[in-house]
Amino acid sequence: MLGASLYRLSHAVFVLALVSIISFVMFRFAGDPCYAILPIDHTPLQYADCRARLFLDDPFLVQYGAYLERLSRGDLGVSLHYGEPVLGLIFQRFPATFELVMLSGILSVLIGIPLGVLTAVRPTSRWSGLSLSGSLLGASLPTFLIGILLMWIFAVELRWLPSFGRGETVMLGHWDTGLLSSSGWRSIILPVITLTLFQIAVILRLVRSAMLEILRSDFVRFANARGLRAGRVNYIHALPNALIPVVTIIGLQIGSVLSFAIVTEVVFQWPGMGLMFVNALQAVDLPLMAAYLLVCAVFFLVINLVVDLLYLVLDPRIAVERS
Amino acid sequence: MNALARALNSDIGYSFRKTPVAMVSAVVVTILILSAVLAPLVAPYNPFDPATLNLMNGFSKPMEPNAFTGDVFWLGTDDQGRDVFSTILYGMRVSLFVGFAAVLFALTLGVTLGLLAGYIGGWTETLIMRAADVQLTFPSILVAMLIFGIAKGFTPVDMRDQMAIWVLIIAIGLSDWVQFARVVRGATLVEKNKEYVQAARLIGRRPGAIMIRHILPNVLSPVLVIATISLALAIIAEATLSFLGVGAPPTQPSLGTLIRIGQGFLFSGEWWILLFPAVTLLALALSVNLLGDWLRDALNPKLR
Repeated sequence: MLGASLYRLSHAVFVLALVSIISFVMFRFAGDPCYAILPIDHTPLQYADCRARLFLDDPFLVQYGAYLERLSRGDLGVSLHYGEPVLGLIFQRFPATFELVMLSGILSVLIGIPLGVLTAVRPTSRWSGLSLSGSLLGASLPTFLIGILLMWIFAVELRWLPSFGRGETVMLGHWDTGLLSSSGWRSIILPVITLTLFQIAVILRLVRSAMLEILRSDFVRFANARGLRAGRVNYIHALPNALIPVVTIIGLQIGSVLSFAIVTEVVFQWPGMGLMFVNALQAVDLPLMAAYLLVCAVFFLVINLVVDLLYLVLDPRIAVERS
Repeated sequence: MNALARALNSDIGYSFRKTPVAMVSAVVVTILILSAVLAPLVAPYNPFDPATLNLMNGFSKPMEPNAFTGDVFWLGTDDQGRDVFSTILYGMRVSLFVGFAAVLFALTLGVTLGLLAGYIGGWTETLIMRAADVQLTFPSILVAMLIFGIAKGFTPVDMRDQMAIWVLIIAIGLSDWVQFARVVRGATLVEKNKEYVQAARLIGRRPGAIMIRHILPNVLSPVLVIATISLALAIIAEATLSFLGVGAPPTQPSLGTLIRIGQGFLFSGEWWILLFPAVTLLALALSVNLLGDWLRDALNPKLR
């Protein structure tokens, strides 16, 4: 247990160190930051002063150390495009992305797991066939095409739902939420469906194959032989065991949800971090890109840690075996 | 003809003839690739030659004569009077070129690193596989975006449009090498303890020669499967990046760029500018994917 945790921790520290070096190199070596900061008619004296102020003439390691020190103060630099501190910009847009990703995560688990169980338990039912072929389609359609298709049908042709933006938002302290107004809910429907379809397909397939394996095992056969009701066997005995590998993959999947969220945000012009990241890419706004990379890395590592802990709760054998 | 007959009679050929899905996908892929390669001959217009464009032809509907000029375009025209069918053919060229080149790059890099990691072992292996682990922490499309962004930061401003295609290839290729490296390393670990490798070592062949001449041919069949599936993924990744506006530039549009442009006309009712590139992309990605699935099953004797 301790060894595994230590390995996990060292992996996390290693990834963070690597990401911080990459973002430092992006910030420091791609273009001259002084040209970006100073006005276009700067004097050589101002230029020399700027280089000295940013420690640009110091050795690499000294600069990297100074960069880490700024990081620890939460100073990730100033966006070249917006002219504001990037951390503030990212946190302004964080709620929009968070609401989108969480809502679609919850939905895909709530829909994907029962459908996966259904297709495993009743493989001949008409609903199973329907959800299986649906999941094949959901997994092979690129996210942006799903988004455009939904937008075309529900926003352009039928005019039921808005095609872009978040609708009306309400400030709750520092968190501006779109979930407290009817236009906010109407706006989030299409982006959430776009983001959820692929996830449902993935979770459905995982749960199905894990369930099929568990249903063949001795303890399930024994539970059936004992005369327990089918529902009890499937949900109380089989499902928790089938969920163990599923939890890991769902945890890893959250990373890909975040990247599909970028695509979804662009299709629906959803004002979240992803849309800002793509705009930063187009404008070559390196400090903003570097900061987004760091925030994502921290996010992924936290998720991975949570998944590891959940593992211990779901499967106590792991803790015993490793100790 | 003899070679073709032999190929059709082999195990793979037999499985191919027995799988209608594989045959249909192969036909679709062949038609699409041929029409992309031969685009200058097949396409009725050259969409990038301003001399052949007539602005009066703008927004022609598919299969209907244009209201001003009376010209008929199979799949309609865009706002500047460019034939959508021709732009799709030229766009598919860019998509396929980027896809193939990116997979080739990822394959070369991944196979080399996988061979080295598996054969040499030690800290070389630790370093390579650790790098692979770290990269797997991040979704590949995000990695590709970041590499694209960094590379764009390093290229001079006036070169960015010309370099975009190459940057795209490197970005997608670098985001995809891990699969190849992992599989090749695993297979190499198995192969390197077999007698033929020991024999080669005994007669004094150098490690480089053993890796390339002896081990490589024996680990290639899973590589082929991954390469096919990677091609579908690379085509979709390229389309996604171009759709986001961080891929192929409008001067050299790929299918993704065309879809991006088409989305802008969705609200004004010119659906054909969006629909036809999207359907082409889907047909291409789906048929390559199905071909990869079939190849995986056909090359894996355990599943038969």
